[in-house]
Amino acid sequence: MASHLRILIVDANQVRAAIIEEGLREAGYDQLIRMTATTGLVAAIETHDPDVVVIDLEDPSRDALADMFLVSRHIRRPITMFVDQSDSASIEAAVEAGVSAYIVDGLKKERMQPILQTCISRFNAFRKLREELDEARSQLEDRKTIDRAKAIVMRLKGLSEDEAYALMRRTAMNEKRKLIDIARSLITAAEMLK
Amino acid sequence: MTTLHLRVGFMPLVDCALVVLAKDEGFAEAEGLNLELIREISWSNLRDKLNVRLFDAAHMLGPAAIAATLGIGGVKAPMAAPLALNRDGAAITLSLRRFEELSRLAEGDPADTAISAHALAALVARRKAAGLPPLTFAAVFGFSMHIYLLGEWLEKAGLKLGEDIRFEVVPPPQTVEALASGRIDGFCAGAPWNSAAVAAGVGAMVHASVDLRRNCHDKVLAWRADDVQKRPAAVAKLGAAILNASAWACRPENFARMAQHLSAPDRLALPAPLIERILLGELIQGADRPPRPIDRFIRFDREALRPEPDDADWVLAGMARAGQIVATSQMHDIARGVFLPAYFDGIFVANQDALKK
Repeated sequence: MASHLRILIVDANQVRAAIIEEGLREAGYDQLIRMTATTGLVAAIETHDPDVVVIDLEDPSRDALADMFLVSRHIRRPITMFVDQSDSASIEAAVEAGVSAYIVDGLKKERMQPILQTCISRFNAFRKLREELDEARSQLEDRKTIDRAKAIVMRLKGLSEDEAYALMRRTAMNEKRKLIDIARSLITAAEMLK
Repeated sequence: MTTLHLRVGFMPLVDCALVVLAKDEGFAEAEGLNLELIREISWSNLRDKLNVRLFDAAHMLGPAAIAATLGIGGVKAPMAAPLALNRDGAAITLSLRRFEELSRLAEGDPADTAISAHALAALVARRKAAGLPPLTFAAVFGFSMHIYLLGEWLEKAGLKLGEDIRFEVVPPPQTVEALASGRIDGFCAGAPWNSAAVAAGVGAMVHASVDLRRNCHDKVLAWRADDVQKRPAAVAKLGAAILNASAWACRPENFARMAQHLSAPDRLALPAPLIERILLGELIQGADRPPRPIDRFIRFDREALRPEPDDADWVLAGMARAGQIVATSQMHDIARGVFLPAYFDGIFVANQDALKK
């Protein structure tokens, strides 16, 4: 039964960790432990005794986890990185998504595969969310830049807001440049000529 | 000439120097390469990203390349090394307190590795008798010259890593903090992290790696094994750039500039003078001792860069001592095959004239 597996989620990013936890919970896993601090991972594993550890690829304690069982006799159960050699697409998907999973005590790959897939899709969903947020942020920034440039044109050429905007758009089209680039050039020029 | 874009991952260590110089001193560009260097956070990431071709090549621990090729530790990612990137350059550092205890217990000059190892054994025995927790040592990765050198040092006094002394893996940039916090009592790592611990006032260097073993195999330039076959031009060009960087790096008048390149925020992000002293072979030791001059503390010369299959035998012996494998002759064949001296010789011969200048 899937729900009997104890899964430790190691991620310094609390929002993403929450998204992964939610994903795994929806998939029927209910013994989930979340951990943000990367120091003390060994101790956490000893305490929580998980079956599976899911860890952010950008976490420096991955190296400690990777070979722990090979060199540390104080770890009770062996831990290995989960890699399904017969499935190179899923190896790539995991690395590209930025997640890796470790299994304790030779858990069967059939039981592990759905966990990894859930994590990959949640990592990707999180990245998309962040990209959208960045995009929205930069659109907002662009909007502000264009408004500033428009104000400069209005002031210097005595135009209305609509006329100033139309002039900038026309210039951008004629020069095959983006409106935002024209706006930036205008602001730079205005600063220089101040 | 068309430009070939190559992504190369590295860990922040002095021994990534030749890769950094290949870019920063224009040796890669001269070969028609546009080198993109990416600093990584773990050896596992370097291995995995090389494996899925997010990187074309990587600054890699030779033993980690062998482990990945053999598939020890769950991940099988065959790699090949047409060049090494350095030899030597590591050291063992203890916390100031443990260093003081060890010095007091030493019967003779603790600069002798057998004497220091016996002093360590005495310290281990005392702690056990007093009911104190065992000492914890760290190395930078489970498969590294550092763990095998620690194993060799301990063996001189009959100690076993992982049994008499707890062992933990701590990535190089975290060693100083781990020592300062008391989480570990000592570590073996590549430069500049021993000097960084000494400079931070939290550690004392007890031995340089050359005290235990000269010409010790360390980092290599790793490619995916199949890419070495499929992309000979890329392998040869990057190899030529590294060889030219090596010739440049061996001239003392370039050390200051080399330290400057390495100190950059997206490289090691540490003060240039700290790195320059290491290149000059003036190792700060801590515990109120003067800097120690060490001849050829870290080697970047051409002889050092030839990957030697015999090094693979040493690595497998270390793995066996650490209990990581039971070596078979088949393993020896596979491990030796990771190092490609013929490729190295070919690259060298093709660039001989340029290198003589």
